[in-house]
Amino acid sequence: MSYEMTVQTRGVRKEYVMGTVTVEALKGVDIEIKRGEYISIMGPSGSGKSTLFNMIGGLDKPTEGNVFIDEVDVAQLDAYELAWLRCRKIGYIFQTFNLIPVMTALENVTLPMVFAGLSTDEYIEKGIRLLETVGLGERVTHKPTELSGGQQQRVAIARAFANDPAIILADEPTGNLDLKTGKEIISLLKRMNSEQGVTVISATHDLKMLDVSDRIVWIRDGRIERLEDRANIKLEVGVVEGEDH
Amino acid sequence: MGEDNKSIVLESNKNASKTLIEGRVQLPFKKAVEMSYANLKIRFWRSIITSAGVMLGIAFLVSVLSSSSILNALKGGEDVVGEAQQIWIVGMSLLVCTVGITNSLLMSVTERFREIGTMKCLGALDRHIVELFLLEATFQGFIGALIGALVGLLSTMLMFMFKYGFGVVLSRLPVLELFKSVLFAVITGTVLSIAAGVYPAYHAAKMQPAEAMRTEV
Repeated sequence: MSYEMTVQTRGVRKEYVMGTVTVEALKGVDIEIKRGEYISIMGPSGSGKSTLFNMIGGLDKPTEGNVFIDEVDVAQLDAYELAWLRCRKIGYIFQTFNLIPVMTALENVTLPMVFAGLSTDEYIEKGIRLLETVGLGERVTHKPTELSGGQQQRVAIARAFANDPAIILADEPTGNLDLKTGKEIISLLKRMNSEQGVTVISATHDLKMLDVSDRIVWIRDGRIERLEDRANIKLEVGVVEGEDH
Repeated sequence: MGEDNKSIVLESNKNASKTLIEGRVQLPFKKAVEMSYANLKIRFWRSIITSAGVMLGIAFLVSVLSSSSILNALKGGEDVVGEAQQIWIVGMSLLVCTVGITNSLLMSVTERFREIGTMKCLGALDRHIVELFLLEATFQGFIGALIGALVGLLSTMLMFMFKYGFGVVLSRLPVLELFKSVLFAVITGTVLSIAAGVYPAYHAAKMQPAEAMRTEV
């Protein structure tokens, strides 16, 4: 069972009601994302990229339009199917890490595997292996508060990979990290992408992401401004940098 | 949690030919108990403060209930405190205890909305979240209410003993009525804790995960 397109959106619109004002965060977005792609959703803050990220990940419902994951309309799924999708098909990485504060690194990584129904032995072993992969083999029993930002994000990455998802969704994964740590996180994601063939979709305004992306989706004002292939990117970085500020 | 283990066949579903769901998420009950116990243990002082809120409310309620029944027993059945006034006092103390308990539990749950959103991203069902918070609220509420009831009862008894003498109070102690008050108070405290602890958790679980993680309380 393999599909060319792993994520497709059709005319996705999203409105937020804030008091008496209705804000249109997305004004009709169509994207197709291929299996195994490393794709960056770029745009200034407030452009709607996090909203689009939430729609693709089934974390929020579009006001209008459809999101398809492996050709299944997310809106048609019931609560059980949606939970299964979030648990097994998609791994999430957030700007604020979102680790469960009272759990150790290992417990955080194993939680999705508990939901997936793995046995204790299986998930402990796999959890340790995942933490070793992200370079935290020595820190399995540490709590999030005992880890640096970069280390917390590594735990979050290990957790996102827990159930061998087909898609990794990363919302500003380097947003709260310094330059060097940010680069490490990006190359870690890229490594997982090329080694395991997992699709990485990342909402970001970190230009370091350009280097590793296969394609870039530029979002402005709730619309796709343009789509670029990697080949064309490098020439434009200078221009882009000027544009973004 | 038996139904969770069945793998579901989606052939009959709207999307007959295409399905990406091959099974069901689950949270074994034993694991849920372990998780909620660990949660209480790790947030030890936070849990103690929450339980103390329950404890104080219940101690107050029990002391009001038990002092009126001890006083009635001492005065040999004649109504010392008027019926209407007594109902008013008990009603007020119930209200105070409701507000106190609800406040403690509401706070302890609403500060964890982001955690609830995150759990849903990892594949938790609404039901799993309600289950975890139900277990926590039950532990906290029951223990808080039990300690509160005992503290309220003992302090009231001691107060009367110092005032009227140990022998007098002990010999006329309305044991059955006191026992009923304690039982009533423990049940009240536990039920209020569960209601105040589970409702906001259910509310957060019902939200879209993105919304729950955005919510700042």
